[in-house]
Amino acid sequence: MRGRLPDEPRFVLYDLVMSRRSTTLEDLYLQMARMRAFEEAAAELWADGLISGELHLGIGEEGIVAGILDHLADGDAMALDHRGTPPLVGRGANLESLFLELLGHPDGLGGGNGGHMHLFDRTLLAASSGIVGASAPTACGFAFSHQQLRPGRVAVAFLGESAVNQGMVMEALNLAAVWKLPVVFVVKDNGWAISTRSSRMTGGDLVRRAASFGLTARKVDGSDVMEVWEEARRMTARARAGKGPSYLHATCHRPRGHFEDDPLLRRVEEPRALADDFRQVMKAARRAQQPIRSRVAGLAAIGRTIATVTVTRRRTKDPLSHAARRLDDPKALDRKAAEEVKGAVVAALARVGTRR
Amino acid sequence: MSTLRFSQAVDLAVRHAMDEDDGVVVFGEDVPMIRRELLARFGPARVRPTPISESAFLGAAVGASLGGLRPIVEVQLVDFLTVGLSALVNEAAKVDTFSGGRWQAPMVVRATCGGGYGDGGQHEQALWGMLGGIPGLTVVVPSNPADAAGLMLSAIAHDGPVVFLEHKLLSDMWLEWMGGSRRKSVDFDLPASGIEGAVDDPPVPVPIGRATVLREGRDIALISLGVGVHRCLQAAQLLANDGVDAAVMDLRTVAPLDRTAITEMAESTGRVLAVDEDYTAGGLSGEIAVAACAGRPSVRFGRVTTESTIPYARDREEAGLPNVGRILDAVKPLLE
Repeated sequence: MRGRLPDEPRFVLYDLVMSRRSTTLEDLYLQMARMRAFEEAAAELWADGLISGELHLGIGEEGIVAGILDHLADGDAMALDHRGTPPLVGRGANLESLFLELLGHPDGLGGGNGGHMHLFDRTLLAASSGIVGASAPTACGFAFSHQQLRPGRVAVAFLGESAVNQGMVMEALNLAAVWKLPVVFVVKDNGWAISTRSSRMTGGDLVRRAASFGLTARKVDGSDVMEVWEEARRMTARARAGKGPSYLHATCHRPRGHFEDDPLLRRVEEPRALADDFRQVMKAARRAQQPIRSRVAGLAAIGRTIATVTVTRRRTKDPLSHAARRLDDPKALDRKAAEEVKGAVVAALARVGTRR
Repeated sequence: MSTLRFSQAVDLAVRHAMDEDDGVVVFGEDVPMIRRELLARFGPARVRPTPISESAFLGAAVGASLGGLRPIVEVQLVDFLTVGLSALVNEAAKVDTFSGGRWQAPMVVRATCGGGYGDGGQHEQALWGMLGGIPGLTVVVPSNPADAAGLMLSAIAHDGPVVFLEHKLLSDMWLEWMGGSRRKSVDFDLPASGIEGAVDDPPVPVPIGRATVLREGRDIALISLGVGVHRCLQAAQLLANDGVDAAVMDLRTVAPLDRTAITEMAESTGRVLAVDEDYTAGGLSGEIAVAACAGRPSVRFGRVTTESTIPYARDREEAGLPNVGRILDAVKPLLE
């Protein structure tokens, strides 16, 4: 069975279905709700100490992920970053086995060996990496294998806007262009590189950067799933038709910070943490023998970061609420998603049960 | 002298070096928030953030050092260092030789390393053996705050590239970031004498390339570094209860390795167990074996290492990393 991939005839069927189907906002909302429910359950498991290490959730990115995934089917590939669970949930990975992986169980997606930053699902052609830019070159390779083995299939790379500054991403954009690869680079722009404002660390404009490599490059509002969906439809169709790579830059927010219990967010949410910190840095600045100007500039830089977090986190635009406003009964979809996820969590925890 | 946490001790050393030499600069991912006290002291010109561009900022550290600065460049995890490894392996490590000894690249790469908190195999590696195998690279792995501060001073003063590795189980600040250690629901095996300790102000430099014996013993020598040292000390205590007199050596430096100290230790005990959190093959534990047998080929040698990709599952992770149980098991056959 080694090396076996989804059967070709299913691709033909898929093309037929794709050409005739119509996706509704309800469909997309339900997918987003499933991702959200999964992530919220994961957050609880993490708080309970059942998930270890760093936990980076994709809450806030659902509009982007759902808008893209709706155009994918069997044989298409995904290269994922450290926020890999929403795309896997959306692509139909087994939720129980995903939870079991996060719980480090032998029956997890990767036998409990990978964990939430390193998720691999062979049947979905989905591979993850915690190296932030790694999805871009991996997607190029998936796309190349499509060209050789599965014409008409597409590869998608999910990555953050700050990862685009990793050299391998720029190399991948160029490689995709010169090999005319069927790949869509999806950049989820939440404005932050961990605790650093990404605009302060990025020269020029990323959409123009991608365009300068010869890619079709567009910017969309990632909190509007339909806007993402429309653009993704054009880009995936273009890739399938052999017309080459695209770059989709979608803005979003990260209401939970970089990862769970984000120390930067905590400073904004807990006045005491901020006060302690403030005392510490003031003390350091006061005692230093350096020129006053550099010390003031140092304090100002710290203050600016804290202020930016404070201001930007109130401006979040949630992709689910955005879509919910245009739906008759989003609550029913929320319930449906919650039920499915709850079933998977309960089943997973029952299997973990006596192990801990 | 005051009691400091591991990272505080390192920062203290950095601070003194920055006070003494305007050419010492700090940059890397998230540095302004992580080193905010240094930023408040020295300002944004000398304490600066970088994009997530490892190839660029590690390469820039090489250039900056050639241009007269003494950069301390921070990479959050040694695993991420591999993204920009060419700058270290092909550039920094070669300068001294290629210039006929006329030019050096005095730079420090400060990174965290190590596992034991469930972050998975791409975020918990040691990699010091691989790095230490490159001629021209110096690699240090301190096991306690005083050594950390002292080695950082020596690293900054060193006229060549130094990789300074900070184990996350020793550095509570990083464990909070990477392990979510503020949760009451999690528990980590933290070595008390490693995470906090007395440090002189200013710190006393610790010479690079010099191992230290933390516990004398006649029957067997446990040779380790980083967190492994603390596991060895614990194991030695248990062995003492069984009447086995085990010595514990802290290498502190991977490259250049203190081969003389290892050889002498092996000659006096006749038995050596290397406890190395890095991978088994092609790395430090094999080099310890060579040094151990250099004086007396009849020395009995064993090793406890990381034998596979570190599993994410906490129970398998614990079983796979060097731990007290594995050390005791490995000691047994050497004593027979």
